[in-house]
Amino acid sequence: MKILNRSQQVVGEIESFWDAIGKAALVFRAGAHDYFENRRDRLTVRLEEIHRLENEADSLRRTIKHQLYAQMLIPESRGDVLGLLETSDNAIDRTKKILNALDIEKPEIPGFLKDDFIELSDISASAMEEMGKAARAFFQDIKIINDFINKVYFYEHEADKLEEHIKRKAFESDEIEWLSHRIHLRYFAEKISTLSDDAEAVCERLSIYAIKRSI
Amino acid sequence: MFTIFFFLSSGLFLGWSLGANDAANVFGTAVGTRMVRFRTAALICSVGVVLGAVVSGAGAAHTLGELGAVNALPGAFTVALSAALTVFWMTKLKLPVSTSQAIVGAIIGWNVFAGFQTDYHTLTRIVGTWVICPILAGVFAAVFYFIFKAFIENSRIHMIRLDAYTRWGLILVGAFGSYSLGANNIANVMGVFVPVSPFRDIHVGGIFRISSAEQLFFIGGLAIAVGVYTYSRQVMKTVGSELFDLSPVAALIVVLSSAIVLFLFASQGLKLWLESNGLPSLPLVPVSSSQAVVGAILGIGIAKSRRNIKLNVLGRISIGWVTTPVIAGVVSYVFLFFVQNVFMQKVFISP
Repeated sequence: MKILNRSQQVVGEIESFWDAIGKAALVFRAGAHDYFENRRDRLTVRLEEIHRLENEADSLRRTIKHQLYAQMLIPESRGDVLGLLETSDNAIDRTKKILNALDIEKPEIPGFLKDDFIELSDISASAMEEMGKAARAFFQDIKIINDFINKVYFYEHEADKLEEHIKRKAFESDEIEWLSHRIHLRYFAEKISTLSDDAEAVCERLSIYAIKRSI
Repeated sequence: MFTIFFFLSSGLFLGWSLGANDAANVFGTAVGTRMVRFRTAALICSVGVVLGAVVSGAGAAHTLGELGAVNALPGAFTVALSAALTVFWMTKLKLPVSTSQAIVGAIIGWNVFAGFQTDYHTLTRIVGTWVICPILAGVFAAVFYFIFKAFIENSRIHMIRLDAYTRWGLILVGAFGSYSLGANNIANVMGVFVPVSPFRDIHVGGIFRISSAEQLFFIGGLAIAVGVYTYSRQVMKTVGSELFDLSPVAALIVVLSSAIVLFLFASQGLKLWLESNGLPSLPLVPVSSSQAVVGAILGIGIAKSRRNIKLNVLGRISIGWVTTPVIAGVVSYVFLFFVQNVFMQKVFISP
């Protein structure tokens, strides 16, 4: 009975970890909207939330890692699960870094690029949300995991296209005066798009783990 | 008393060797993958083997008796020793070997030496069982594979919970597997001593009787338990790491399938029940637990993909069906000759 109780506890912690990932994606989306729609005073609150979620996810990851080893749970897929938690944790780090960079560097977004940046942030946040769903499916419902993985691949592809589109517009436009400004915009387009790359990296792992998980 | 135990020692050695090697077929993956602790596995295995041997060991032993009822204690000693040494040598040479097949060869060697006719009907039944055993284990494993796969995919059990259930499953199935191993394989260890058992029936307060065969099986079961405790740990770890490619659920299916097969070939109660209900039953014959395990692993492999049929593994098993009894028979004949003519022991009683 002890092992059932202990496993129940670990299940709860893993679920909380994916909750934190899902919330971070939502907060990131809201934070990006706040910045690009000129509600910059709210960004500080979003950053605090992201910091809290990142700490929570870090602490959960460490606890889960300890429990998996100390109680010798899932010996055959322990390494995979820990790798999955670590790479997923990178995605939360990424959301924090992007919002932090927006808050510190305060890039000036020209009007003709505002919607593109909002869309890029939405797509990247969606990729992260679907990544979280895929990871939950890996633990509980392996049959539907590919539905989410395919969505992540789709969003990542869309993000790449939009990133290129933003860069082209930034460098071709006559409205932007300084090269440094163009480079700054390129930097943020790339940085936001990297979130979907992180989600894709997690899903690459998941697609292999899913094959390994089949009995 | 010393003489009795001296003559039983070859059977006890076989029992020790069985515990050291074959316990790994039941708990190897569980211990090797650290799903179950060795201490837990050894305790469950020992209790299960002794219970199986005493409660259900008679059926398979009776069939061996039909093949050749060794009628002198020194003869039984030599037959068991020949089987044990054959297993030992063949294992050293890394040849496929099974205690069940060695003991049958050794008994036939005794039949030839003593000039008794071997019952070919019984021999055919036994050899047929060796062929059926891995096939049946493979079929069970394939069926269980599809059932478990469908259940796991549709029940949406969390990976961590599934891990906990699998641990419990491995312990329960391991207990059943140990019982089946004791019930089926005790005949290899003590079967040849049954017709010449030096023990008398014990009546406990007129309530129940412990037969001489049951006493033999109990001692044999203890020898297996000693083998489990003293030597199986390393074997379990080796088996566990060799089979590491199997997922814990697949390992559970392998142990369950092979345990059922061993039980089917050992349980008199089940045989009677099947016959009384007009269903086909299987002969009670000692079979190889290792070959049942290999059959089950192949069964899962085939269920996953037909490309997984490993003909070289099947070839090695079928070679063992011939080489093991032949070598054991020759060794038995030669040893009986020495025991009779050099040590002046009566290895058989003429009718």
